[in-house]
Amino acid sequence: MEHAFHTLVDFMIYSKGWTYTLMGAGLVAALGFWRFLTGRENKQRLY
Amino acid sequence: MNAETNATGRSALTPFTIVSGIIVIIGLVLTWLRFTGGLGAVTNLDHNNPWGIWISFDLLCGVALAAGGYTTTAACYLFGIKRFHSAVRPAILTAFLGYALVVFALHYDVGRPWRLPYPIFLSQGTSSLLFEVGLCVFIYLSVLAIEFTPIAFEWLGLKKLRNIIHGWTIALTIMGVVLSTMHQSSLGALFLIAPNKLHPLWYSTYLPLYFFISSMFAGMSMVLFESALAHRNFHHLMDTAHREESDGVALGFAKACSWVMFGYLAIKVLGLAVEDKWAYLATGWGAWFLVELVSFVAMPCLAYAIGYRDRNIGLIKATAAWTVLGIVLNRFNVSLVAFNWQLPSAERYFPSVMEIGVSVFVVTVGVIVYRFVVTRMPVFYEHPQYKGEH
Repeated sequence: MEHAFHTLVDFMIYSKGWTYTLMGAGLVAALGFWRFLTGRENKQRLY
Repeated sequence: MNAETNATGRSALTPFTIVSGIIVIIGLVLTWLRFTGGLGAVTNLDHNNPWGIWISFDLLCGVALAAGGYTTTAACYLFGIKRFHSAVRPAILTAFLGYALVVFALHYDVGRPWRLPYPIFLSQGTSSLLFEVGLCVFIYLSVLAIEFTPIAFEWLGLKKLRNIIHGWTIALTIMGVVLSTMHQSSLGALFLIAPNKLHPLWYSTYLPLYFFISSMFAGMSMVLFESALAHRNFHHLMDTAHREESDGVALGFAKACSWVMFGYLAIKVLGLAVEDKWAYLATGWGAWFLVELVSFVAMPCLAYAIGYRDRNIGLIKATAAWTVLGIVLNRFNVSLVAFNWQLPSAERYFPSVMEIGVSVFVVTVGVIVYRFVVTRMPVFYEHPQYKGEH
């Protein structure tokens, strides 16, 4: 995945594009993970 | 009663006392060699590698794994999660011993240890991160010592002093959290000065954040790991409340660790994206980076989540040990393995047997002191005169 960046703007658009996309995916994944983590809490709260 | 039996009539020569005795004797010999012959006599350190295993293991791992003190006290006293109450005293003891051993080990590592107080009292380098770390560790060790004193005072029967210190609990907890936030992150920030020495996959402008976030689950995992060992060796010293609450503590910490590790994993991946370091993942260093991230962060994160969902205490305890190992690996990677990665292998650092011996000696001293304290002082049980007071 070697990229030739000719300007700083090119680099920022590329890297921030990936970052914001991954952040969105991460937030959705976090919701899913939280549901997985706490999915059985109401049924089996032992403490 | 002969010399080989103690007051209870049991032999004093247990496997633990024999092994720890041998290690202490070897450690004392190494100590003599270190302080009479200097650093060169016992270490493989040089100008390229002035920080070795004593910094990587004794200091960086020691501080990270001692973070259970601030996480547990904050959870119990600041966030009001009282079901973690029984874990507070073991966590404070672990943190106090951890930080005390960090300072103890630092005496071996610095060239002129008698000058350790200089930056605090004589010549403050206020623009230096190392000064900030030193000051924080100095103050936090003092805070931990004060937090520990009620345990000692209850044992010594000093009720008045114990009650005075006990009244400071909230203030001490807040100080502990503030100081830990500062120096846990600053330990990562120390490496910001070496962008050309640390491999790009581990070097990041977010290193302080990585170190701070990872210290949270490192500390909680260490409390769980230490609790598992304590249940195996000191179960008879624990009162009913401690035994009954231990599963709840394990479940609560597993949930917290899993969630924090998920966040840590996310910011590590975001760090790769924002600094565009994807290309390095296709190299040998990238494979090692992925081993650390997948095998020692993502998988324990999932294992903690499964352990919490299934109420599987055995899995949670095993995952705690796994996570502790992962933190040790991360700190070693940042400060040793991926540090000076461009040097030819002949110039790379590998610790000498004597350096490893001193680190083993330091850990053994910690275990001996821990054992001395928990077998005498009210750590795993509430003192009869102070039931429900702390």
